[in-house]
Amino acid sequence: MKPFFFISAVISACVSVCIVLFMIILGLPLFREGLFFSMLTSPWNPSNGVFGLYPMIIGTLGISSLALVFGFPLSLGTAALISGLAPKPLAAVLRKTVQAMTGIPTVVYGFIGVFLLVPLIRNLAGEGSGMCILSSALLLSVLISPTMILTFSDTFDQVPVKTRMAATALGATPVQTFLWVVLPASKKGLVTGLILGMGRAMGDTLIALMISGNAIAVPDSLFSPARTLTAHIALVIASDFDSPEFKTLFACGLVLYGFTALSTLAVRAIDTVFRSES
Amino acid sequence: MSRRWIERGFTVFAFAAAGILMAVTMVLTGYLVMKGWNSLGLELVFGTTRPMDALCLRRPVLDGLFPAVAGTFALVALSVSIALPLGIGTGIFMSEFASGALKRMFSLFYDILAGSPSIVVGLFGFSISIFLHRYVSGQLYPCLLISALSLAFLVLPYLIRSTQTALENLPPEVRLTALALGASPVQNLFYVLIPRSLPGILSGVVLSIGRCAEDTAVIMLTGVAASAGLPRSVFGNYEALPFHIYTVSSQYMDSAELATGYGASILLFGVTSSLFLFSFIIKNIATARTAVSGPGL
Repeated sequence: MKPFFFISAVISACVSVCIVLFMIILGLPLFREGLFFSMLTSPWNPSNGVFGLYPMIIGTLGISSLALVFGFPLSLGTAALISGLAPKPLAAVLRKTVQAMTGIPTVVYGFIGVFLLVPLIRNLAGEGSGMCILSSALLLSVLISPTMILTFSDTFDQVPVKTRMAATALGATPVQTFLWVVLPASKKGLVTGLILGMGRAMGDTLIALMISGNAIAVPDSLFSPARTLTAHIALVIASDFDSPEFKTLFACGLVLYGFTALSTLAVRAIDTVFRSES
Repeated sequence: MSRRWIERGFTVFAFAAAGILMAVTMVLTGYLVMKGWNSLGLELVFGTTRPMDALCLRRPVLDGLFPAVAGTFALVALSVSIALPLGIGTGIFMSEFASGALKRMFSLFYDILAGSPSIVVGLFGFSISIFLHRYVSGQLYPCLLISALSLAFLVLPYLIRSTQTALENLPPEVRLTALALGASPVQNLFYVLIPRSLPGILSGVVLSIGRCAEDTAVIMLTGVAASAGLPRSVFGNYEALPFHIYTVSSQYMDSAELATGYGASILLFGVTSSLFLFSFIIKNIATARTAVSGPGL
């Protein structure tokens, strides 16, 4: 039986490797012409034959960092309530609700965003279509919060009960225990949660595609539309196989794969560093 | 600022954060349910065709979600049946046989796969279809089979991890008893370890079904189409619920079509939430069982 299990493990590992190999092979013309790295920093200007990904990279980074800016405080506060600040029944309800939130499909978030959030933002901005980086960052922050909350509260819960009880025995209130004992011991989990949240935000396609406006330009305000790498892939795939736009797809894929592989490595590195410290 | 004020401020901040998040979630889901409630019903799925006629494929459904529901169903069935043996087999290997550098390397690969955005996995599926089109048969295009394969890759890491964790969390008594009584390692695996960790494995399977049903990015790149009708073969196009929601939001013609979008969103939301709840219940059974089988068993 062992060979069967071994072969499935090898196939599964191959899938992971093949994803990056296929993209490199299909993007090979770009590497051969030495275009890949210049693409990362040049603008998108098809009439001059320049197909740079710079606007999409900025769009992706802008929208997902903004989503983190909104999502991090929400997640930290909620996770603090779940792991210690709130009375037990409330904490249980909160945790269940957050777990259930992970089950909401992205496309449903996007759909509600188009008809509820976008008109609100349009009125707020007083101009434009309301499809902008602010709309998609706000919605993304709701999407990524459960990931961060669950990571944060798992880390908070890992602080030994003895330590917490010692603090309580010395007369610390729950909030004092949390702020001065639990939080300083949870740096690793906070960083891990942030990286996971960032990865989730960068990797999401549907919210950006549906409500960020998809204009190829470097956004200059919260209310300007932008296109992310993920949305770019989804939008260009419909075009002609031999067009130069088409080759940029694999560059987009590689950049995204690179970002996410790096964050996976970072999470693992943090894990090892902190484990060797303790 | 004194510590007391920081402490007070933080309490207020935590309650405000949770309050905002809960309120936003309520508003989002509440809005969806309010807007879409009226469109729910048999007509949403079957349109003006009689449900029995549609289910027996006697008559096509032209104005309902039936083709999309059928497509999603076929897609989930196909991708889970591809991913299941592979994922569980790998999970068993990782927990029972792998060790040292090999285990670390494989688990790094699976972690990277788990972190890959679904659009990247979709792009991979799309590249496979280009490859097949060029080198195997000019008749092959993105289709149901390619979508199912890509979705299988997407959920593979979840299956691996849930199987591995379920097996690794078995208490040592359970692990050793049958061996001590003279069972071979393979017998121990099939008669003791796998049955004992079944709830954990199953909850991972159920979560993967949910992932397959809701994912949109993968299928947009690998063969879903807006009005393909019922899936006829694994080499053809098909419709799917999440893609229907996306197309309605971007190009609805009238309020009736928009209503199907709300209806489809509630339907998909309902399906993923019930799968989620189901997996949660199975997982609770699993933990309860492990708790019972403490020392003394």
